[in-house]
Amino acid sequence: MFDNVKIVYHQGKQFIPDTANAKVPGIFRGRPVISSEKVNEAELVDCCPVDAIATNPVSIDLGKCTFCGECAKRFPNKIRFTTDYKISTNDRNRLIVKEGDEGPIEIDPQMVRNEIRRIFGRSLKLRQVSAGGDNSCEMELNAANNVQFDISRYGIDFVASPRHADGIVITGPITENMAEPLQICYDAIPEPKLIVLVGTDAISGGIHAGNPALDRSFLDKYPIDLYIPGNPAHPLTIVNGLLDLTRKRKI
Amino acid sequence: MNYTTIINNQTIPVSDIPEISYNEFIDLNTGFLTDSPERHCVNYFGSRVGNQVRLICCIADDNTHQIYVSSCLIKSGDSLDSFTARNFNFEKFEREIHENFGVGYNDHPWLKPVRYAKNRFDQSQTIANYPFFSIESDELHEVGVGPIHAGIIEPGHFRFICNGEQILHLEIQLGYQHRGIEQQFLAKKKLLQRTTVAESIAGDTVVGHTTAFSHVWESLCGFQPSRDIEYARTLALELERMAVHTGDLSAVCTDIAYQLGSSVFGRLRTPIINFMQEWGGNRLSKGLIRPGRNQFPFTPELANRLAEILDIYEPDFLEMNEQLFQLPSALSRFERTGVVSYDDVLSIGTVGMAARMSGLCRDTRQSHPFGLYPELNHEPIIKHHGDVYSRVQIRKAEVKQSMQYIRNLIQHVPEISGNESVFQSPKPNSFTLSLVEGWRGEICHCAITDELGELAYYKVKDPSFHNWLALALAVRNNEISDFPICNKSFNLSYSGHDL
Repeated sequence: MFDNVKIVYHQGKQFIPDTANAKVPGIFRGRPVISSEKVNEAELVDCCPVDAIATNPVSIDLGKCTFCGECAKRFPNKIRFTTDYKISTNDRNRLIVKEGDEGPIEIDPQMVRNEIRRIFGRSLKLRQVSAGGDNSCEMELNAANNVQFDISRYGIDFVASPRHADGIVITGPITENMAEPLQICYDAIPEPKLIVLVGTDAISGGIHAGNPALDRSFLDKYPIDLYIPGNPAHPLTIVNGLLDLTRKRKI
Repeated sequence: MNYTTIINNQTIPVSDIPEISYNEFIDLNTGFLTDSPERHCVNYFGSRVGNQVRLICCIADDNTHQIYVSSCLIKSGDSLDSFTARNFNFEKFEREIHENFGVGYNDHPWLKPVRYAKNRFDQSQTIANYPFFSIESDELHEVGVGPIHAGIIEPGHFRFICNGEQILHLEIQLGYQHRGIEQQFLAKKKLLQRTTVAESIAGDTVVGHTTAFSHVWESLCGFQPSRDIEYARTLALELERMAVHTGDLSAVCTDIAYQLGSSVFGRLRTPIINFMQEWGGNRLSKGLIRPGRNQFPFTPELANRLAEILDIYEPDFLEMNEQLFQLPSALSRFERTGVVSYDDVLSIGTVGMAARMSGLCRDTRQSHPFGLYPELNHEPIIKHHGDVYSRVQIRKAEVKQSMQYIRNLIQHVPEISGNESVFQSPKPNSFTLSLVEGWRGEICHCAITDELGELAYYKVKDPSFHNWLALALAVRNNEISDFPICNKSFNLSYSGHDL
C-alpha cells in the first residue's frame, strides 16, 4: 500500500493540463508552410513519394502526405513543417495547404451537422476499426487515452461494441478483406453517427493508394465528419480534432 | 554441392543457387533441421519463372553464422510430398506456397489458407468462408472473437473450442490486414516510395523493417554504409525495443486489471517515443531510416538529451517492476499461464522472444550480427518456463539490456560522413537476404533482381509469421479468461503477418 503511494508520488503530475496549447518536443512535422520562393517545381513534385504535392500554386495535400519531410529537406526555403499539430478538419479541401497559407487548419462550423454538437457535445463514445492499418495510428489512438493525453477527461471514450458507439473511427487504407466487417460494424451503430478517418492511410490510402488489394468503396457511400491527418496522427491532433468537431471551445 | 552458403546481407548471382530435384530438395532441407536446434528455416518461398514456380529455401545456422540456400523448379499444378510431414518448421511456408501458386501437397497435415492474398491462386476462396476446425460434441462449445476486437487493435479472428471455461483448441484466422506489400515493392519504382512501403509493414516495428529493406537495397547496389549510418540504425532498433517492451508491460498490467502498472508503464513509454520525435520528427520513427543515408544525424547534443531521459526513466521503471513482481495477485496470473514447452517452440520454429522464453536461443543480433552488434557482444536473454511470466521477465530484462547498450553507444557519437551517397543501380540477376532482430524477433527480407537490375521479386517475413502458432498452443488447457494476457504477452503483428 505505502509502496503504491510512493510510486504515485514519484510519478508526479503526468497529464497535459491544456491539450490545445501544449508544445510538442523537438522537430515535429505538423502543418507545413510553403513560401513563394521559386524552385524547380518538377523536381519538387517528383521528390514526393505519394504525389501529395501539386503546382499552380504549389500545394501539399495533408490527406495524402506521409509527413516524411523529404520535400522540406530538399527544398528548405520552399517548404517548412511547423510544429502546429492542430491539423484536423471536416473539410477535405481544407487539408490542401497552398503557397502562402499561414493560417491554422480549422473545423468549418457550417459543415458540422446540427445534431453533432447538440447530442455529442458532452459525451462521445467511439468504436475503432483498423482496416489494414499498420498499428501506428492504433497505437497513437491508445496513447490519446493514456494518463498524459487522457482524452476520456473530455467525455470521449472508445467502446467495445458498436451498439454502444456514437461513431466509427477508421484507421488504415481499408483492405478488401476488411471491407465487409467494416460495413457490418458501421451498420450496427445506431443513428445519428459519425465517421472519423485517422491517418493518411485512411484518408487517401497513403502509400497504398491505387493498390488493388484495397476496397475503399465504403468511403464513397457516406459523408465523412472528420479527417485527422498524420502518419501516424499525433495524439494531440486526435484530441483537438475530436474536441473541435463536437463542441465550441474557448481557445 | 546441392546448396550455396551465404552470410547475412550478402548478394549473390541467382545462378549461384543450385537448382536440384524436388526429392533432393526435400531431403536436403529437412535434413538440415534434423536434431539441430541451432538451425531453422528463415524463409521458404516460391516465385514465378515462366509457367513454373521456383522454390527457394533458406536455412540459417546459428553456430556457423551462415545461411544455406537451395532451390528447385516445380509446376503450379504439381502435387508434392510436404516438408511439413517431416518437420513442422515449414508448416506455414508450405501453406503460403499452396495458397499463392496452387501447389498441392499430399501429406500436409493442415493445408489451410494463410491470408487470402490478393494474388492467391484460387480466387473463389474468400475470407468469409474460412474452413474452421470443429469437433462434434454435446459437451463442447465454440467461442468466436473478431475480426474486430474490443480494444483499439488490428483485426483477426480467433475461434476457441472450449470445454466449460477451459480452452481445448484455438484456431487463429488472419488475412484481414492484407495490403499486398510484397507486390507494392515491385509496383513502386522510386526508392523513397519503396522505403515508405517498408515503413508501413508494421507500424510498431518501423525501424526493424526499414533497416532490413535498407540492408537489402545497399547490398544489391554494392553500397557499404558508413559507421554513422549503422550507428543510427542500431541505436534506433534498441530504442524501439525499449519503447515497445515498456508499452507491452503496460498492456499486460491492463489485462490483469492492475491499474497502477498499466498507467505507469504506459506513461514511461512516452519519453522514449518523444525522444524519437526529437531526433527524427516522428514518435514511431517514420522517416528516420533511409537506404544509403543518415537522414537525421545523431549529434552529441541528442546524446546528452537521451542520457538525461534515461536517467529519469530508469528509477521509475525499476521501482514499478519491483512492485509488480512482488505482487501475489500479479504473479498468480503470470506464473504457469500460457506455457509453450521447449520441444514445441523447437518443432514449430518460433523466433525472437517467443523462442527465448522457452530456453531456445534465437537472436540474430548474436547469431547473424549486423549493424554495430558485433561490437556490443550481445548476449541473448534466455528464460526457461515458456509462460507469461517468462515473457514478461524477458521484456523487463531486455529493456535493461537495451538501456545498457544505448548508454554504451552514446559514449562515442561517430562523426557524420558528409558526402552524399551515390548509389549504383542494383546488380542484375542477383539474390539478397537480410536478417534483422526487431523487438519481436527475426525479420527476414529477400530480393531477386531481373536481367536489368530491376526488382523482380521481394519477400518479407515478419517474426509473427512463425510465432502466431505459439500463441495458439500457449492457450490450450488454460481458462479462456487468460486468453487476453497470453495474447498481450506475445503481442504479435497482424499487419506484419498479413502484409
